[in-house]
Amino acid sequence: MHRYIIRRTLQFIPMLFLVTVVVFALAKAAPGDVLSGEMLDPNIPHEVLEERREALGLNDPLPVQYWSWLTSVAQGDFGNSMQYTGRSVMDLIQSRIMNTFYLSLFALGVTLAIAIPIGIYSATRKYSLFDYGATTFAFLGLATPNFFAALLAIWLLSFQFGWFPAQGSTSAIGLTGFELFIDKLRHLVLPGFTLGLASTAMYMRYMRTEILEIKGSDFIRTAQAKGLSNNSVLYKHTLRNALIPIITLLGVEFGLLLSGAVITENVFNYPGLGTLFLNSIQNRDYPVIMAINLILAVSILVGNLLADIFYAVVDPRIRYD
Amino acid sequence: MRVLQRSEHLLEVKDLKTYFHMEGGRTAKAVDGVSFHIDRGETLALVGESGSGKSITSLSVMRLIPQPPGDIVDGSIKLDGKELLTLSDREMRKVRGNDIGMIFQEPMTSLNPVFTIGNQIAETLIKHKKMTKKQAYAKAVELLRVVGFARAEEIIHEYPHQLSGGMRQRAMIAIAMSCDPKLLIADEPTTALDVTIQAQILDLMVEMKEKFDSSILLITHDLGVVAEVADRVMVMYGGQIVEEAKAEELFTNPKHPYTTGLMGSIPNIDGEVERLESIPGTVPPAHRFPEGCRFAPRCKHVMEQCTQSNPELSEVNRKHKVRCYLYEPAGGEGGHQNGTDERKTVRST
Ligand SMILES: Nc1ncnc2c1ncn2[C@@H]1O[C@H](COP(=O)(O)OP(=O)(O)OP(=O)(O)O)[C@@H](O)[C@H]1O
Ligand code: SF4
Ligand SMILES: [Mg+2]
Repeated sequence: MHRYIIRRTLQFIPMLFLVTVVVFALAKAAPGDVLSGEMLDPNIPHEVLEERREALGLNDPLPVQYWSWLTSVAQGDFGNSMQYTGRSVMDLIQSRIMNTFYLSLFALGVTLAIAIPIGIYSATRKYSLFDYGATTFAFLGLATPNFFAALLAIWLLSFQFGWFPAQGSTSAIGLTGFELFIDKLRHLVLPGFTLGLASTAMYMRYMRTEILEIKGSDFIRTAQAKGLSNNSVLYKHTLRNALIPIITLLGVEFGLLLSGAVITENVFNYPGLGTLFLNSIQNRDYPVIMAINLILAVSILVGNLLADIFYAVVDPRIRYD
Repeated sequence: MRVLQRSEHLLEVKDLKTYFHMEGGRTAKAVDGVSFHIDRGETLALVGESGSGKSITSLSVMRLIPQPPGDIVDGSIKLDGKELLTLSDREMRKVRGNDIGMIFQEPMTSLNPVFTIGNQIAETLIKHKKMTKKQAYAKAVELLRVVGFARAEEIIHEYPHQLSGGMRQRAMIAIAMSCDPKLLIADEPTTALDVTIQAQILDLMVEMKEKFDSSILLITHDLGVVAEVADRVMVMYGGQIVEEAKAEELFTNPKHPYTTGLMGSIPNIDGEVERLESIPGTVPPAHRFPEGCRFAPRCKHVMEQCTQSNPELSEVNRKHKVRCYLYEPAGGEGGHQNGTDERKTVRST
């Protein structure tokens, strides 16, 4: 299996290379460049802009530009942001990325903590009142747009009841230790649940279907014929098989962790990568856009790699050669 | 008390009725009044074409009928004198795997793909024999050796997909025999295997039966298999037993037109089916049995009374029972043999 993982990781490298090409090409294909904004400023003479273009290497042939971009990216240098003058892109991203990571992790936790038990319970009580209730909830969840659920949550739980803050990631500067932790957690609740509940419905249905299908298989009958308890048949024999596709899906989901929250972050004005991303797009802050694009693409690649590795770990039938 | 019960049959099934309640209010009478017994040390074969109710009969004995839609609506199943149908679920789970071991047709799918062979043998021992994990694995190695694995220590760490069909069926037998059951139920244990492997598995089952001093209920649609291992044979059709006799008796002197039809299509030793004279038509589904004798639509000897009422299973001699008007004394109520063989020539349409 180690060889499988190594080989799979090696395959990851050309993909990574391809991703950098695409990210670069997309940025180049977009109209305008980092200086376009300043071109509208009549106070800056055209020749000055041309000079700066030349200095930034923007007039070099594309392969040369790509290569110099790639080599600096490889060293962790994404250049400087255009809108926050002087701040390095790396610095901007570092200030946001952990927030997004916490939010997504919180959301994933919400999804799994709700979807898996309800999925199991629904499957074991197929066509019961509970099962119908869960199904209705699932379809409502699937049909509700994320931003709508977010606005509803803000209106009800923040404005009406005042239970949770609806903005930002902390409310007071100067909090430390446990107080800071609690404060951050409280800020995570609304965006975290909105984001998490959005995929809960899908996971729940998935879990239910998977369990029902496995319950009918021959090896479950064998387990029953051995005289095993209902719990052993369900939690050992059925669940272990039903979780295989879920665990695999989790790898992919992990890759989406960073990119999944763009809309939610913006609705809740949460200082993560998603807000930074949207903001940079509005300001044509290409260095930042390219950096975030690259980070998201790489995280999705890593997620797929993880999915394959998880799959190999949990399903002994996977061939490693 | 135990001593008193020893005089009874090991398994005694009386008037078993297992029905499926289908959509639209129809009822499939998959098993419809089946009675039989198995003695200690005996191998009883249950034969019949696909859909005749063999699996449902055996699953009823294990009380593993999916409910709903299935339901054991009537009858009695006694193992060693103990009624199984009134046991609590908990008590029944002590019977399964412990007093009765079972193996199934599909060795490819009957083992859980994500657990090792050792794990799957050991869990039965841990459950029923209260062994520790270590003891159970040691016993698993021993059992795997008994069923013919030379590399038993390695096999316990392997997964089902790493074994061939025949090897998996051996592993299934090891699981079924692990708790030294009184009865082994084998539902088409060789159907999915290569012909050469089939014979090995059958031999192994007989060997196990002797070694563990148990009995076998062998379900098959292959009369060749029956001839090889069975002491007694029951032929099932349309949810009912239509003929029952000692194996030699049945093969030398088959009575029921269905049985003689089946005999016409025994595969020869090379496994080529020589369909000398196979039975026309198919088994009726369990929710649409014909009036009268359930075999009548396919029977060469069908008579007028056959389409009016269903014959009883009655003795033609002390060791031979058949459900057919050709062998029933006039009047029809389950009497004794008299001049039945002559009536075999009676034909009507
Ligand atoms: N879940 C079910 N719902 C309705 N009818 C069923 C169900 N399961 C079985 N039956 C009926 O029971 C009858 C007997 O089925 P059974 O599986 O016992 O046949 P079998 O003799 O074992 O055949 P095979 O050789 O194919 O295994 C079938 O004709 C089928 O119509
Ligand atoms: S009872 Fe009649 S129809 Fe049925 S098997 Fe006998 S002869 Fe054929
Ligand atoms: Mg069957």
